[in-house]
Amino acid sequence: MKILVPVKRVVDYNVKVRVKSDRSGVELSGVKMAINPFDEISVEEAVRLKEAGTATEVIAVSCGSAASQETLRTALAMGADRAILVETDAELQPLAVGKLLKAVAEREQPQLVICGKQAIDDDANQTGQILAALMGWGQATFASKVVVEGETLRVTREIDGGLETLELKLPAVVTSDLRLNEPRYATLPNIMKAKKKPLDVIPVADLGVDVAPRLRHTQYSEPPTRKAGIKVADVADLIAKLKNDAKVI
Amino acid sequence: MKVLVIAEHDNTKIAGATLNAVGAAQQFGAEVQVLVAGCDSAAAANEAAALAGVAGVVSVNAPYYRDQPVENLAVLVAGLVRNEGFTAVLAGGTSFGKNLAPRIAALLDVAPVSDVVSIAGVGRYVRPIYAGNVMVSVESDEPVQVLTVRTTAFAAASAGGAAAVREVVAGEDLAVSRLVGREISKSERPELATARIVVSGGRGLGSGDKYREVLEPLADRLGAALGASRAAVDAGYVPNDYQVGQTGKIVAPDLYVAVGISGAIQHLAGMKDSKVIVAINKDPDAPIFQVADFGLVGDLFETIPQLVDGLGANQ
Ligand SMILES: Cc1cc2nc3c(=O)[nH]c(=O)nc-3n(C[C@H](O)[C@H](O)[C@H](O)COP(=O)(O)OP(=O)(O)OC[C@H]3O[C@@H](n4cnc5c(N)ncnc54)[C@H](O)[C@@H]3O)c2cc1C
Repeated sequence: MKILVPVKRVVDYNVKVRVKSDRSGVELSGVKMAINPFDEISVEEAVRLKEAGTATEVIAVSCGSAASQETLRTALAMGADRAILVETDAELQPLAVGKLLKAVAEREQPQLVICGKQAIDDDANQTGQILAALMGWGQATFASKVVVEGETLRVTREIDGGLETLELKLPAVVTSDLRLNEPRYATLPNIMKAKKKPLDVIPVADLGVDVAPRLRHTQYSEPPTRKAGIKVADVADLIAKLKNDAKVI
Repeated sequence: MKVLVIAEHDNTKIAGATLNAVGAAQQFGAEVQVLVAGCDSAAAANEAAALAGVAGVVSVNAPYYRDQPVENLAVLVAGLVRNEGFTAVLAGGTSFGKNLAPRIAALLDVAPVSDVVSIAGVGRYVRPIYAGNVMVSVESDEPVQVLTVRTTAFAAASAGGAAAVREVVAGEDLAVSRLVGREISKSERPELATARIVVSGGRGLGSGDKYREVLEPLADRLGAALGASRAAVDAGYVPNDYQVGQTGKIVAPDLYVAVGISGAIQHLAGMKDSKVIVAINKDPDAPIFQVADFGLVGDLFETIPQLVDGLGANQ
């Protein structure tokens, strides 16, 4: 079974981003970038399925600029076998990414695609669902457990009220939630080995997909910051403030 | 313009988030219909029909909608949009809505917009990105607007309507997924997403036993829902549905009490719109104090029992 794992290069989760002074976007120059944490979990899951003998090949794919090669190398260092960059400097929105991934899936014929449930930059939580729809495949989003049983997939999902377990026909799309696994750290020898693993670059134009943005992001702003509060002296003070000032209890 | 709100339900009752989605749909100032797709779902359909501002309920029943598999629902909704000329489709920004809306949009070849917090007109929205650290204004000319809406940002529709329920024929059964089972957490407490008061615990609690021993009496006193940080969920103190934050639940109660939670941006993303925030933490430099209206520096194992006693004595 081949597994395709889409990965995205995003601002590192520890960075507090700032809006540009002209409000045209988010300041990205000089900001630390990293693999989207949910995609890292997806790579880990795919590599584990390969280590267990369930998967035969793990292919990482990223859509974006040449800098995304770095993100793909991270996936290779974690254990992906090869990588594909669908290269463009243009802005890509989730619908376009879904279409590009469909084109890649049609070439590669994976049985399973494991995406992150959301990217921590746009927080859209859309790409896996879009890809599944375009392929006509089943989807299991927000996965916390994935088991392959022959031609079926058993996935436990985190839903608002608790957990839900689904059985899906393969091929299918899974999106990872935080508790699916704890990703490994790439070791230095594996980082070195990753440099020699194949990484194909496909120009976006070669896939014949219309990737023009459908949405316009007209203005970025920072949300109003909360007024600085106070420190209370002790529990009695806290109770008094909640009763008399805030009147919430 | 015609708006279709997708109801989230269990065939008997409509979920709270759907009431907020109906509230959001009314911002378009257009006709709002609600889809209730299920099996033997008349009770849920009637509840939807009784909501103020709902012009009609589209009811669809088939055994293969009982558990509402997303693949079947998406095909059904896309068909309804094409046949009946809906120009907007809305769902609450819950795990149900987030799972479904992008799939519908893809079938219609339109770009969906997630987690909308304000609607200024057709195709004019505001939504948070970067864990709520940035707000972005989005414009869309898509012929069908497909949105999920953040439930805390829109008032829930109230009862008081009397719309007609119309039964339409079921769509295709794709039969690509099957529900094996659900483990729904049961609690006597208010629902986390809509509670007026939330008491949340983090890694500072140290264990599931301590979490319950220390926080349950406080939640009992306050009539509060219980929540948690990711660290507390990952460590197994409480189930996943307790998690508040960027990737958990978004809450905006009147009072949020953060106990032994450091205040990572991913946690703040889920609670910083609360009206009053109280933080109890032994580290005076914990970032949670930057958003707290009232901060108490101290050991939670001493201060929370004192707080429980103090509240009891005063009531
Ligand atoms: C992609 C991604 C998504 C994430 N999504 C979420 C999310 O949705 N929600 C979320 O919460 N986190 C999320 N996180 C995790 C987040 O970054 C933090 O790791 C997490 O919130 C920390 O939880 P905590 O505050 O309980 O633990 P810690 O950061 O370890 O804080 C524990 C706090 O308890 C205090 N403490 C310890 N003992 C005591 C005591 N006896 N008395 C008083 N205080 C005490 C300490 O001073 C400390 O401040 C996400 C992270 C990533 C990378």
